[in-house]
Amino acid sequence: MTTERGGGSSDAPIPHSPDAVIAAFEAIPALLARDATLTARGRWLDVDCLLGPSTQPFHITIRAGQIVDMTRAPVLMRSWRFAYRATPAALAAYWQSRPPAGWHDLLALTKRGEATLEGEIHPFMTHLQYFKGLLALPRRTGLGGAS
Amino acid sequence: MTGGFIEPIFGRYVHVEIEGEINRIYFEENGTGIPLVCLHTAGSDARQWRHLLVDEEFTRNYRIIAFDMPWHGKSNPPDSRYGSEYRLTTASYTATIRAFCKALGLDRPVVMGCSIGGRIVLNLAIEHARDFRALIGLEAADFQQPWYDTTWLNRPDVHGGEVCAALVSGLIAPDGPEAARNETLWGYKQGGPGVFKGDLYFYRVDGDLRGRTGGIDVNQCPLYLLTGEYDFSCTPEDTLRTAAGIPGAKATVMERLGHFPMSENPDQFRRYIAPVLQDVIDKQKL
Repeated sequence: MTTERGGGSSDAPIPHSPDAVIAAFEAIPALLARDATLTARGRWLDVDCLLGPSTQPFHITIRAGQIVDMTRAPVLMRSWRFAYRATPAALAAYWQSRPPAGWHDLLALTKRGEATLEGEIHPFMTHLQYFKGLLALPRRTGLGGAS
Repeated sequence: MTGGFIEPIFGRYVHVEIEGEINRIYFEENGTGIPLVCLHTAGSDARQWRHLLVDEEFTRNYRIIAFDMPWHGKSNPPDSRYGSEYRLTTASYTATIRAFCKALGLDRPVVMGCSIGGRIVLNLAIEHARDFRALIGLEAADFQQPWYDTTWLNRPDVHGGEVCAALVSGLIAPDGPEAARNETLWGYKQGGPGVFKGDLYFYRVDGDLRGRTGGIDVNQCPLYLLTGEYDFSCTPEDTLRTAAGIPGAKATVMERLGHFPMSENPDQFRRYIAPVLQDVIDKQKL
């Protein structure tokens, strides 16, 4: 076999602060409120879910595609239909404007074991592009050197 | 920008007997020279190859042909199969490609396939190498780990087009042209119900080629494998592992590309495929 391979992306996540990742995640409702296209994509979606960094997930209430409540977990006896939780390192990499290969998609992260998808995932699958867009919103805020 | 430009691609239908039944196969072509048959990815159709089909340099030396597999694009299911579950197998896929090439009277064509097309190229190399001038597998490996449950692709309470496109959207490299990304996903939004899932039966269940590729003889038919760095379905590591077991196979990892190189970023793909197509030409002169 002969092999050619250029430089390209590193397989290592970018430097990050876990607190900065949590703060970036907390900005998602405001970012969504300014994104009419993404909100419209979720116009048929009503769901209570658990999303965010694995070290500090959030209970999120979505109605007609809008986040109407976001509260740090745990909340006593609060239920959720599905959960998507990723390591802070994974989110920091995912939020780069040009994420490294293998860290660039929600399901790439689950495949590599950096995120978990649990529960009754029907609303996640019916609105998969919405959730990909929702959880990518912090790319716009410049976390970890993103532009 | 003015309207009225007509692309040099032309499309026709050819009647192809596959496994005892006539299939009306739609194909597009352009160029003259070495026949180059292009195979689309699972759940999409031959429009993915439209940029290659109009490449002025390539079409000076190649008769580039891209066809819609039965059930895909403008190739309908065979008459007897409406209402039945579609399942692509190694045998049926191989038979379809060979029958199509035979129906067009192609003399030892080059075959280039992507994704499932890349996997079947390996099977052509294993079983029918003498029939082909060269084989090119894009996003090809003998096997790769599944990363989602394909039952989500065809159920009445989930929009098939939306979920198919959303799933594969992550396989496109992040900074390619937006229009090309959207066009690539549009193909997935237009697929027939259960067709993507049926293609993946070959990919996930029936087409595991581990343990079989070691017998490929590249002296009979050169084999090129090229995979995008952002493809987390068929990863570069999957392709390099496969190539490592095939003496003489050439493997390349393509930067800034994902699972759909020819459609998601045609200019970037051209940088990688041009030397391969030139190498095939050079080998004809030896």
